[in-house]
Amino acid sequence: MSKKLLLANDHIPGINTLEVYRQHGGYKALEKALKSMKPDDIVEEVKKSGLRGRGGAGFPTGMKWSFLAKPEGVPRYLVCNADESEPGTFKDRYLMERIPHLLIEGMIVSSYALGANTSYIYVRGEYFYIIKILQKAIKEAYAAGLLGKNILGSGYDLDLYVQPGGGAYICGEETALLESLEGKRGNPRIKPPFPAVAGLWGCPTVVNNVETIAAVVPIVNISGDEYAKIGIGKSTGTKLISASGHINKPGVYEIELGVPVEEFIYSDEYCGGIRNGKKLKAVVAGGSSVPILPTELILKTAKGEPRLMSYESLGDGGFATGTMLGSGGFIVMDEDTSVVKNLFTFARFYHHESCGQCSPCREGTGWMEKILQKFIDGKATMSDIDLLWDVQSKIEGKTICPLGEAAAWPVAAAIRHFRHEFEEYVNRPESIHDVKHYFRLNNIEEA
Amino acid sequence: MTTTEIQFSQEAQQKVQEILNQYPKEKSKSALLPLLHLAQAEFDGWLSVPVMDYVASILKIQPIEVYEVASFYTMFNLQPVGKYLIEVCQTSSCWMCGAEDIVRYLEQKLGVPTGEISADGMFQVKTVECLGSCGTAPMFQIGDQYYENLTFEKIDAILEELKQENKRSRYC
Amino acid sequence: MAKVTIDDITIEVPDGTTILQAARMIDEQHGTNIAPPTMCYYSKLKTTGGYCRTCIVSVTQGSEKDPRPMPKPVASCRTTVMDGMVVRNNTSPELLEARAGVVEFLLINHPLDCPVCDQAGECHLQDLGYENGKEATRYEFPRREFEPIDIGDKIKLHMNRCILCYRCVKTCEQITDGRVHGVINRGDHAEISTYIEKAIDNDFSGNVIDVCPVGALTDRTFRFKSRVWFTNPVDAHRDCPTCSGKVRLWMKGKDVLRVTARKDRWGEVEEFICNTCRFDKKDVTDWRIEGPSKISHHSVISQNHNELRQVQLGVRKQLQQWDGHKYGLGEGALDPNNQ
Ligand SMILES: Cc1cc2nc3c(=O)[nH]c(=O)nc-3n(C[C@H](O)[C@H](O)[C@H](O)COP(=O)(O)O)c2cc1C
Ligand code: SF4
Ligand code: SF4
Ligand code: FES
Ligand code: FES
Repeated sequence: MSKKLLLANDHIPGINTLEVYRQHGGYKALEKALKSMKPDDIVEEVKKSGLRGRGGAGFPTGMKWSFLAKPEGVPRYLVCNADESEPGTFKDRYLMERIPHLLIEGMIVSSYALGANTSYIYVRGEYFYIIKILQKAIKEAYAAGLLGKNILGSGYDLDLYVQPGGGAYICGEETALLESLEGKRGNPRIKPPFPAVAGLWGCPTVVNNVETIAAVVPIVNISGDEYAKIGIGKSTGTKLISASGHINKPGVYEIELGVPVEEFIYSDEYCGGIRNGKKLKAVVAGGSSVPILPTELILKTAKGEPRLMSYESLGDGGFATGTMLGSGGFIVMDEDTSVVKNLFTFARFYHHESCGQCSPCREGTGWMEKILQKFIDGKATMSDIDLLWDVQSKIEGKTICPLGEAAAWPVAAAIRHFRHEFEEYVNRPESIHDVKHYFRLNNIEEA
Repeated sequence: MTTTEIQFSQEAQQKVQEILNQYPKEKSKSALLPLLHLAQAEFDGWLSVPVMDYVASILKIQPIEVYEVASFYTMFNLQPVGKYLIEVCQTSSCWMCGAEDIVRYLEQKLGVPTGEISADGMFQVKTVECLGSCGTAPMFQIGDQYYENLTFEKIDAILEELKQENKRSRYC
Repeated sequence: MAKVTIDDITIEVPDGTTILQAARMIDEQHGTNIAPPTMCYYSKLKTTGGYCRTCIVSVTQGSEKDPRPMPKPVASCRTTVMDGMVVRNNTSPELLEARAGVVEFLLINHPLDCPVCDQAGECHLQDLGYENGKEATRYEFPRREFEPIDIGDKIKLHMNRCILCYRCVKTCEQITDGRVHGVINRGDHAEISTYIEKAIDNDFSGNVIDVCPVGALTDRTFRFKSRVWFTNPVDAHRDCPTCSGKVRLWMKGKDVLRVTARKDRWGEVEEFICNTCRFDKKDVTDWRIEGPSKISHHSVISQNHNELRQVQLGVRKQLQQWDGHKYGLGEGALDPNNQ
């Protein structure tokens, strides 16, 4: 069994209630923090832990916290990013649904560390039932004196609110999220200034992912140094992986960073292998935005070393032969899957989600979807492959926010590693029908 | 409908107050998204121009500021919708696990193409992007309820149950 | 102060200056032509820029202190200079290629209706296309289409032509009160508020026409449809109680076809003018004429006759792809020799 810091108790009945959560050691970190630690001590522990943002970019959390501007007389805010909309990612939902108090405890400890007296959890609107779970838990916390004025007699005050989104992936981008929280369109801001200087309502703000904030709880409990011993190299601690696609056991797994990819896919502790005894074709390892890798490159690096579930190992080889850990959305495709069609669903997604502010992304995402539609319709030509490549390269790096890249990278990677499949659709348009896309349903019908 | 006829229920007005209390006084525009969700729930599942104007008047902002926002986010319906809006995820993992079959099955069963309201006004299918339920694909959402690991049999049962219930789905 | 080098020319500028401003200063001082093109930035308005991405430049040295190059091109209108920064614009082939990509994106959904567009001849997108664009379009799909709509009785919106630069929105936000004008919908469905066809009835609303870099917002009171290059721009003024009254009249013979603000060499208005001057003073006797306008280097109307022919030929080339009948025009209607 690998080490579990976040989901150790996720199957205990009633763990979503304050009472049971406390029976299992809940709010110990908060007590410790408020009673025996100064805010900067916590920042220090987080720095020592080596914790990296779990929202996708992997930026060191302690460093991010230390950038927070602290002008006199200006409020500071902590905003939790629970917008979770990257295809393939559903870990934050699981955590909030099962153990809402873990996030709330993390929010209180982190807010205390940052000197925030008002904090928000911005949850994607489609998760309305989660919002209700969080609101209920927050109510419990207020009633128990864990939120509000003078928390646990420490003199520290915090108000915590849940804010619903309205259905827009782009609001996961932290400045778009802040715009949305201000009641505006979710258009990413042009940076600088960064949120650490001018965030919510122009005040210094930290935005962190749900899992990042939850991880602060075990860090405070066991100390940053102990946390840093878990994991591998600069990938410290544990990570929630959302596993989906053609595997026997889809779901959310907490792994110690450094588990071999092969073990993650095939061991019964995790995904349990490919469904129906099929062969593995490809994996999108970190949510829809990261490059897809074919079997030989996801199991082993180009150098022939086993690929591990860590920031460094997944990134090994750069984009030529590697990928990224991203948000931990692990999408597995079996041998019957059409990489082109899957890419089309990604392209449609990014086209749908582009905010439309900057021209390369606004126009380019739609263009890529339309070209890919031609492959699906059997109308593509060889030059469409080159055109598609050129369009993605013209988007990448020219946009306001990383959504442009997020849309371009999957296209580039699919062409890089599966060009033959694009060519096959040009040469034999009917081959798109050879592919079984409707895996599970077909099974059920056969059964 | 004119703006003056549109008014939140007593209960909803209380909620409005609670929502407004979540932000500093001069930042009440932040309440816009929560209020639009509430308005949509209160007024038949969609936002008409008078309803949006009503929300603008509560927050003392220009109506265009509400239109700009309401039209940006996919959850806000700017046209009337069926009593039960069935939102089927069509992205990667769901597609791999049969989302297209789900859509076709629903279309057949309800007798209307995606996007249209069924003849009895009960159902409307809409394809949406990833709802964070990829590990339990295929799936759809109705109101705030997730229906996961769908099969045709499950869909039959869900639709039957909703027909019995016959109450507009609301999520907040 | 910060020293910055753009396309091998060095200039010292106050801290906080953007790369674009520095480049414009160089052009003003040296008579060079290194300032990147802009479609959304507008120095007379706050918080503009950053959207269109045509002004991108490549920063090959971040600063004296930290000489690392910036990994991606940056929007020069939104990036401030650092002491010792080195920037490449026209001298970087990769950058020009990247810009050509941006221009292509701006054009893929743009209608090929320059021949009937009021803005033709003074359209920044047209200029940009000629200077930075590709020969032929690689976009084979149907373009976005919207019906033109009237925003009140003075302004027409051709949403087809809009490039979503946000200038008109910022204009309404910053120089008129009670904004009724905005962007609705998302992504490539975004459009300027057609949701309410409410008139923008504010003394300064007409300025959206002048700030629009393309022919999306046009003057409904523009009399006698005429290509701009057949009109004669003259500077004129009047005593106006609302604005400075300093305008540009677009004349044909003795007729005032339309009134606009005066624009500087960057194509930006010098001073915003009021709606009375713009829409209601169409008699030459309303004005005191100062003399022929100096027209910016950008605009095709400033160019000599030969170049003008080139432009018309270019327009003609576009015409080959364009269906004039859709606009109710007969064959040859757009032949410049026909005018
Ligand atoms: C298009 C886009 C979507 C994003 N979506 C999310 C998201 O859903 N959840 C999230 O935590 N971070 C998301 N991010 C990353 C955030 O911008 C930000 O980096 C993150 O919330 C920081 O938190 P962390 O440091 O704890 O990871 C997204 C970024 C981009 C560019
Ligand atoms: S890259 Fe796309 S999503 Fe990001 S600001 Fe530009 S248009 Fe919006
Ligand atoms: S109408 Fe003109 S000024 Fe307004 S956004 Fe479109 S292009 Fe820009
Ligand atoms: S792909 Fe359907 S819920 Fe994520
Ligand atoms: S002018 Fe700089 S991005 Fe448009």
